Amino acid sequence: MAEFWTVDFVPLTAASLAALACALVGNLLILTRRAMAADALSHSVVPGVVVAVALTGLTGSVVVLAGGLVAAFAASGLVAFLTRVGRVEPGAALGIVFTSFFAFGILMLEWTGLSHTGFDIHHVVTGYLEGLIWVTGDGGENLSLFQKLATLPQVVTELALVLVLVSAILFAFRKELALLAFDPVFARATGLPVGLLEAALLTATALACTAAFKSVGVVLAVAMIVCPPATARLLTTRLSQQFALSAVIALGSVLVGYVAAVAGPGLFGSPLALNAAGTIGATAGLALVAAAALRARA
Amino acid sequence: MDRFLADLLRVLTFDAGFNTSVVMLGSAALGCAAGAAGTFAMLRGRTLVSDAVAHATLPGIAGAFLVAALIGRQPREAGWLMGGAAIAAFLSLAAIEWLGRRPKVGPDTATAAVLACGFGLGLALMSLVQTLTVGRQAGLETLLFGSAAGMLPGEAYAMAALAALVLLVIGAVLKELSAVAFDPDFALTAGLPVARLDALVALVCAVVVVAALPIAGFVLAVALVVIPPAAARFWSDRAGIVVSIAAAIGAVSAFSGAALSAVLSDTPTGPAIVLVAAAIFTMSLLFGRARGLVAGRA
Repeated sequence: MAEFWTVDFVPLTAASLAALACALVGNLLILTRRAMAADALSHSVVPGVVVAVALTGLTGSVVVLAGGLVAAFAASGLVAFLTRVGRVEPGAALGIVFTSFFAFGILMLEWTGLSHTGFDIHHVVTGYLEGLIWVTGDGGENLSLFQKLATLPQVVTELALVLVLVSAILFAFRKELALLAFDPVFARATGLPVGLLEAALLTATALACTAAFKSVGVVLAVAMIVCPPATARLLTTRLSQQFALSAVIALGSVLVGYVAAVAGPGLFGSPLALNAAGTIGATAGLALVAAAALRARA
Repeated sequence: MDRFLADLLRVLTFDAGFNTSVVMLGSAALGCAAGAAGTFAMLRGRTLVSDAVAHATLPGIAGAFLVAALIGRQPREAGWLMGGAAIAAFLSLAAIEWLGRRPKVGPDTATAAVLACGFGLGLALMSLVQTLTVGRQAGLETLLFGSAAGMLPGEAYAMAALAALVLLVIGAVLKELSAVAFDPDFALTAGLPVARLDALVALVCAVVVVAALPIAGFVLAVALVVIPPAAARFWSDRAGIVVSIAAAIGAVSAFSGAALSAVLSDTPTGPAIVLVAAAIFTMSLLFGRARGLVAGRA
């Protein structure tokens, strides 16, 4: 317990913020059958971030998020082009675009040498919550609280900012997005600006995925976009309840998964911890399976 | 540049050592089988299931590694890992089917959930594997993005044998599969076992993806079953021809990708294969005889 603030506080906070941002936007994505599109998008932001960082030489939040957003819009525009103009099967179009984007991102990372300067592509895929250490979390008694907070890893502020942005987008368009999710034909007929709404949803998704990029990992982001909302949807039919429930399930998965990662091996007498992003994702999956088994006819 | 070309020529003419040649031929055989199998998955709109299967093999591989370590066997034996991957692939197919049947979940959400949570579980188990000090490490790093260089001749032979098996199976039921893929209504009225043929395609794709993991990696293995069929579709409307062209594009992509990765430093095999396939796809999109944007008959 002594090391809680140094070792555990930041990973837990980062995972919770990312889980909330992903799960909230995930509610709309699963209703519009875009779970795999979200997975594809989460991989497609990689080259955008790599190119943005390589071009500017900066790793600040704005550069990273802007790079991710540009890549997300490019990828989704390309998918739309391939399906509409090229008549490619939708699933195949997603597969082509995200594997090409991701492959390009990996090679850029290797060839620009960025992979040797703290941009570990393996961590982008696997997540690296363990790497988030708050140096002055414990101790540092001569510092004021404000000075201590200033040494929090950048990712925490980044994720908090993104959670606020995502919530703001979803809240501002809540009625229109709900209509679009449940009845796209009617939404179009009533003259809703469907293109603008799609762009808003895409922006929210891309922000959530990009923010999860370095430490939380692509896999955890996808697990949180899909599982808590899908679990909530099995348990309730009202959209507002589904949103609230998915947030609770996301936070619960983070807590249970993190404790399992840190304390689990201890039960077998091992001092080591598991990959927390992995255990959190697996926990969210177990919750979905449990809900599906309970609601056998849903 | 001259040295690069000389090296490339040496690799392409099988003059770069026995090991490299075997691996490249094995990759070509596998690319061939993947292209053929992927065609039917694409035409049935089920390509992305292979993505989920590829990711969900990780817990199987990690599990096999742990079991092997527990009973004191050499974990790096290819049979062990492949066996674990195959069991996990089969379970993930069953899980997608079980979850996806529910109207409130649907196939799209089920696929993404199995992908993310299966991979998450795999990452957690893998971090456990990496704390063990028995035998050689499974090498998560190379498994993520693929490495033809690290492959043993035995693995390459196994890969080629699987590819031959897949091609034999597809050849045996080519007519039935084509009917289901190109004209499902006719197939139903003709009394073909559509559900069982779909299951066969899913199974064959899973086998191909599992066999492709060592060269293409988890994240990009799906590209082998997605990109070649989509590219081939631009060249013809006839089933037999599309399958043959897809097989040829798959073989060429895998072969040249493995060659490029052998010659260029800092170039994992998976991304190299994907980018070669993407280049062929772009050419086909433009100049395909049947559906190409420039040269097509549209």
